[in-house]
Amino acid sequence: MLSRRIIPCLDVRNGQVVKGVRFRDHVVMGEIVDLALRYRDEGADELVFYDITASPEGRSVDRSWVEKVARVIDIPFCVAGGIRSVDEARAVLHAGADKISVNSPVLARPALIDELAAAFGVQCVVVGIDSLRDGDGEWRVRQYTGDPAKMQALPRRTLDWIVEAQRRGAGEIVLNCMDSDGVRRGYDLDQLRAARAICQVPLVASGGAGAPEHFRDAFVEADVDGALAASVFHSGAISIPALKRYLQAEGVRVRSE
Amino acid sequence: MSVVLVDAGGTNIGSVRYALQRLGADAELTSEAAAIRAADKVILPGVGAAGPGMTRLRELGLVEVLRSLRQPVLGVCLGMQLLCTHSEEGDTACLGLIPASVRRFAEAPGLRVPHMGWNEVSIRREHPLLAGLGEGEQAYFVHSYAVPVGDWTLATADYGGAFSAMIAHRNFHGMQFHPERSAGVGARLLKNFLDL
Repeated sequence: MLSRRIIPCLDVRNGQVVKGVRFRDHVVMGEIVDLALRYRDEGADELVFYDITASPEGRSVDRSWVEKVARVIDIPFCVAGGIRSVDEARAVLHAGADKISVNSPVLARPALIDELAAAFGVQCVVVGIDSLRDGDGEWRVRQYTGDPAKMQALPRRTLDWIVEAQRRGAGEIVLNCMDSDGVRRGYDLDQLRAARAICQVPLVASGGAGAPEHFRDAFVEADVDGALAASVFHSGAISIPALKRYLQAEGVRVRSE
Repeated sequence: MSVVLVDAGGTNIGSVRYALQRLGADAELTSEAAAIRAADKVILPGVGAAGPGMTRLRELGLVEVLRSLRQPVLGVCLGMQLLCTHSEEGDTACLGLIPASVRRFAEAPGLRVPHMGWNEVSIRREHPLLAGLGEGEQAYFVHSYAVPVGDWTLATADYGGAFSAMIAHRNFHGMQFHPERSAGVGARLLKNFLDL
């Protein structure tokens, strides 16, 4: 039986790991390789490196650190940030990333998902979605969320986009619920449940983890495959070994080493 | 001891090479027939699809080279599937070194495809490749196609039913999971291959 995955997310800005609250006001948390090794040793199942400045600045992710991470890390990791073409994705994968995650560029040009899946197989292609509930109660996607000045609200409904992304070749969906991001009040279970109902590929919850119960709820109530979190891990508020012991006691299957 | 990594365009080749380096083995990355024939150990990594994978091996002139090898060979993920007879993925004829056919996971409620994540590897029959693998230990899998359980199966994993996590036939071996991304468990199993 497959284990549920605990995934620390390292937001990368200018080669360092940062974290903001509700995608703003970024604070430096540490060096990439140091944090990657720390999480590997603590029992993280996977890591996501998200270059939050790449898309708004119109450049691709800086690859030098991808290779450094690949040399020392022996758990899977995914790289996100401004990957706009098959060639850029290939460079990141060849540098040692296991998966690439695409977000803003596939909103601008959805066919990129098809191209990436054809080139590398769906298992390498993660589609990240930043989603916010609008005044009318609909969840809709946001683009260029790394920079508040450039962030755009799109007319695209989040659930429609999840369906389309899968049809085009997404092998995994990371749903970042922005209403709950960074505020530690729990994952957006309503939205995750709605996404789960239409998502046949692995689904990863993102945004809002503040306590071990939040992880349990996401796994048990929204049936997500993985749960991603940043600040609670970076700050030490939740330790991964303790979290896994808790989840195991709650009947959630996790990996322990 | 010389180890070569067959460069057939798989994107995980760098990761496998780093994993070997962490074990003290400096693997040469090559698509040269002579270097592959001369190596003590041959690893065929691979991420991607079976059809393009076989096409690439044919273009490089490596199909007969791989078939003729007598030293220990390890296929990883797609590399393992390519060692088999046939894959449902693109209805592809593979290398035919392990008498198994690769099948797609059947879609079922709650069974997401690709099978992605950490899953338990259970020993089915004794083999030096499994040395030190403890009960309940997990490895990292990412795949949509799998090798059924058969005479070739060394270890199984369960995802909507048992499938082959590790296989062996003559000098050919396969790991469906990614040992290079399976933490301490993966390192131990890779080391076992180097020690064969």
